[in-house]
Amino acid sequence: MLNKLSLTEAIAGLRAKKFTSAELVQSCLDQIKKHNKKLNAFLTINENALDEAKKADISKPFGGIPIAVKDNFLTVGLLTTASSRVLEEYMPQYESTVTKKLKEAGAIILGKTNMDAWAHGSSTETSDFGLTLNPWNTGHLPGGSSGGSAAAVAADMCIAAIGSETAGSIRQPAAWCGITGFKPTYGRVSRYGVIAMASSTDSPGPLTKTVGDSALIAQIIAGHDPYDATSSPKSVPDFVSNLNAQRSTLKIGLAKEYLVGQSKSVVLEAAEKFKELGHKVSEISLLDPKYSISVYTIVQRSEVSSNLARYDGIRYGRDRSFFGDEAKRRIMLGTYALSSGYYDQYYTKAQKVRTLIIKDFEQAFKKFDLIIGPTSPGPALKVGASVNSPMFGELEDMLLEPSSIAGLTSISVPCGFVDGLPIGLQITGPQFTESLVLQAAHNYQQTTDWHVRKPQL
Amino acid sequence: MFANRNFRPVLGFEVHIELGTKSKMFCGCPADHFGVSPNTQVCPVCLGLPGALPVPNAKAIEWCIKLGLALGCDINLFSKFDRKNYFYPDLPKGYQISQYDIPFCKNGQLLGHKITRVHMEEDTGKLQHQGDVTLIDFNRSGVPLVEVVTAADFKNSDDSDVFLKELQQIIRTLGISGADMEKGSMRLEANISVRPANSPNLPNYKIEVKNVNSFRFIKRAVDFEVSRQIKILESGANPAQETRGWSEIKQETVSQRIKEEAHDYRYFPEPDIPPLQFTKAQIDTWRSELPELPAQVRQELITKYHLSPQYAVIISSDQVMYSEFLKNPSKTTVDALVNKRPLQNQTTAKVDSEVVNKILAANPKAVADFKAGKQQALFFLIGQVKKELGNIDVSLTQRIINEYVR
Amino acid sequence: MDVKHVAKLANLTLKPNEEEKFKKQFAETLKTIDVINELDTSDIAPTSQVTGLTNVTRLDKIDASRIIKIGDYFKVPAIFNAQ
Repeated sequence: MLNKLSLTEAIAGLRAKKFTSAELVQSCLDQIKKHNKKLNAFLTINENALDEAKKADISKPFGGIPIAVKDNFLTVGLLTTASSRVLEEYMPQYESTVTKKLKEAGAIILGKTNMDAWAHGSSTETSDFGLTLNPWNTGHLPGGSSGGSAAAVAADMCIAAIGSETAGSIRQPAAWCGITGFKPTYGRVSRYGVIAMASSTDSPGPLTKTVGDSALIAQIIAGHDPYDATSSPKSVPDFVSNLNAQRSTLKIGLAKEYLVGQSKSVVLEAAEKFKELGHKVSEISLLDPKYSISVYTIVQRSEVSSNLARYDGIRYGRDRSFFGDEAKRRIMLGTYALSSGYYDQYYTKAQKVRTLIIKDFEQAFKKFDLIIGPTSPGPALKVGASVNSPMFGELEDMLLEPSSIAGLTSISVPCGFVDGLPIGLQITGPQFTESLVLQAAHNYQQTTDWHVRKPQL
Repeated sequence: MFANRNFRPVLGFEVHIELGTKSKMFCGCPADHFGVSPNTQVCPVCLGLPGALPVPNAKAIEWCIKLGLALGCDINLFSKFDRKNYFYPDLPKGYQISQYDIPFCKNGQLLGHKITRVHMEEDTGKLQHQGDVTLIDFNRSGVPLVEVVTAADFKNSDDSDVFLKELQQIIRTLGISGADMEKGSMRLEANISVRPANSPNLPNYKIEVKNVNSFRFIKRAVDFEVSRQIKILESGANPAQETRGWSEIKQETVSQRIKEEAHDYRYFPEPDIPPLQFTKAQIDTWRSELPELPAQVRQELITKYHLSPQYAVIISSDQVMYSEFLKNPSKTTVDALVNKRPLQNQTTAKVDSEVVNKILAANPKAVADFKAGKQQALFFLIGQVKKELGNIDVSLTQRIINEYVR
Repeated sequence: MDVKHVAKLANLTLKPNEEEKFKKQFAETLKTIDVINELDTSDIAPTSQVTGLTNVTRLDKIDASRIIKIGDYFKVPAIFNAQ
């Protein structure tokens, strides 16, 4: 079944002419037809996908490869809704830089995937168009906000997917769905054309079946963009070639404060694996994640309250009465945190603690090359868990918020199971050390087979 | 002018200047929107589409700082943009990118008046009312605006009239904007209140007078408004805090809307734009690039060309007049220009002393004859200079030859 | 939190029952985020940018590639009180 191939395998197969792009795309479309009604991973399917496949140029890096894209990336010709009724009928007038690069590399945008509305969440349950179900156990959530992309990859409805992370939105659903999710350094990938959530942490990135796949996608989508003033002018190293580069002994810090919940024992075993691989693993004490929850809550909601001000229904979309509850809550809390009399107490204080979190990591990385820990306190929670829990997202993402707030780079790879549901391991490095993070993750994946397991659909 | 001895006006101004850059402040759309069809010079950025991001115009920043330098400001070597959040249909993002606590320029002065700050921001779209519908055109959205804020230290409208005209001239001399009131590339807002002459306290209200597009009208508006406020205060009441406009027909200021309690703009640093860090060297370079400012030009006309201060003001106030004068700096030129008579020898050449020297050296017999008192010889020499240089000021040439021959 | 006032600032219209519902939820959130006051930040500068970049600007030239020609006005119901 061609849809089960990884990106690396699919590219090799196409080039070796083992199958055509049309066959590859058809295989994915068949899988979507079989399972999307139940899983609700895709909101929109590209009706021209097969036609594009027939005309595909497989000499291009991703020629003929079908990729799913989270619905907060603007794609000309495909509805872009951010899973909100405000944008239910929005057809973009321009293309996001990330999807433009993918298209230029020959990729076929298979469709747009479900998400928490406006990326406000860690469950995909706050989507205005119904939640997405976890392919491993449909009584459970896929995580979020890139839940649709994660489920689509886990259920082999596509070869790879694109998501975005503000604080955990790539890594957490990747962990809950048993796949690989990679968050490049903030500024490494252009945000131009991505519906803004928290401007100072939003990072587009890949959700894939293997680390090698993530490296391939990161290579294509990373790079300076003159249309994004926060995008890094640093040249992009060869992530793919570096995967198998000569490995030195790494000093790996195991984040003590992050070893909580059901993930703990699984992750401790993963830590042992790194020792077997010849690395030095020892505990490190980082700032209590509870502070990051607070910082993230304030900073994100403040920026959100401003970023969502443009949705007034005058130039596009529907008016503000179409915002869901979660969006309204976040806008109001952000407005409050920035308002006269509260700005210093909330916003300024949060940005100061942000400095402390950044400094905490700087100190940690003086002693360690990488930091590892659980991606999430436990496996995927049950459907309904996020309802009536206003701080659900922040609590589920607490192990990921610190690295997001600091703009670091990090990856989540599958590292075990609890009660039949996947557990993810996060590997975090300083800014612009994507090569090292990918290398370590790839190394781990080459000697384990958690990532090869597939859910029973 | 008002001669009320019991009250003093508290008068200050906010001036917005549309820069004449090629492109807008945060995107590459054309900035010149005069007479263009609606919504044809817009893009994701200035239209506030989802996912769009701003990238600042380097030229606009340079011009803002040059204006600040021309106004004697200190330049903040570290600066940033901030978001000013409020909702209005002409504001596509629901916030304006502006500057809050660290403007590019601060603490300047002009003609004895303090200039609090000069900062950079973006313009909004244009609203047009048509019956039961309001039309919005975003061609102007995102055009670079420089805001100049003065202290409230103007004594009266004569005072402010001179100041505003000087400011306009400086802007035009710098070449950064047409600063045209009628076209809207220079917009004035007067903040007017009145306080008892012997009171140390500032008034507890402030009236904004906006949408007045000529110096003449703003002067009348200020005069009218001060009188109006004095009358209210004398009656024991307090003027309502509001925004007013000027009706030329009624010759009165008219209420435009009640200014509610101050907007809570919830300013915070613009996360999409990294901060600006200038070096002293960069600022010094920009300062050295400033052209001669009107005050310097007037000074030069007085000390070097011996014009009277009144004529100096007239000649310096007009670029064309000034360059015409320089072509042929003489009393006849000044008279012609000031009294708007046609200039003689419009294309008068400059009398180059080197050329004169060369001609004198080449005609020793004529020089000797002239020394001996032969007028013909002088005319001959002048004729030679004219042949060489074209149309020249004859009396000036004569004076030069006289000097040289002596 | 004065939910009514904040909603107005945020240009949101709340349904009758939403004010009470949100008030309770906000109270819970505000309590959670209060924890940052445990940390001493008296000598710390706030971070609003993690990139460390400065002076990112563009040249003053026209970019025709992004221009969208809508060619007509956007319309809204009449707004009284001109800006």
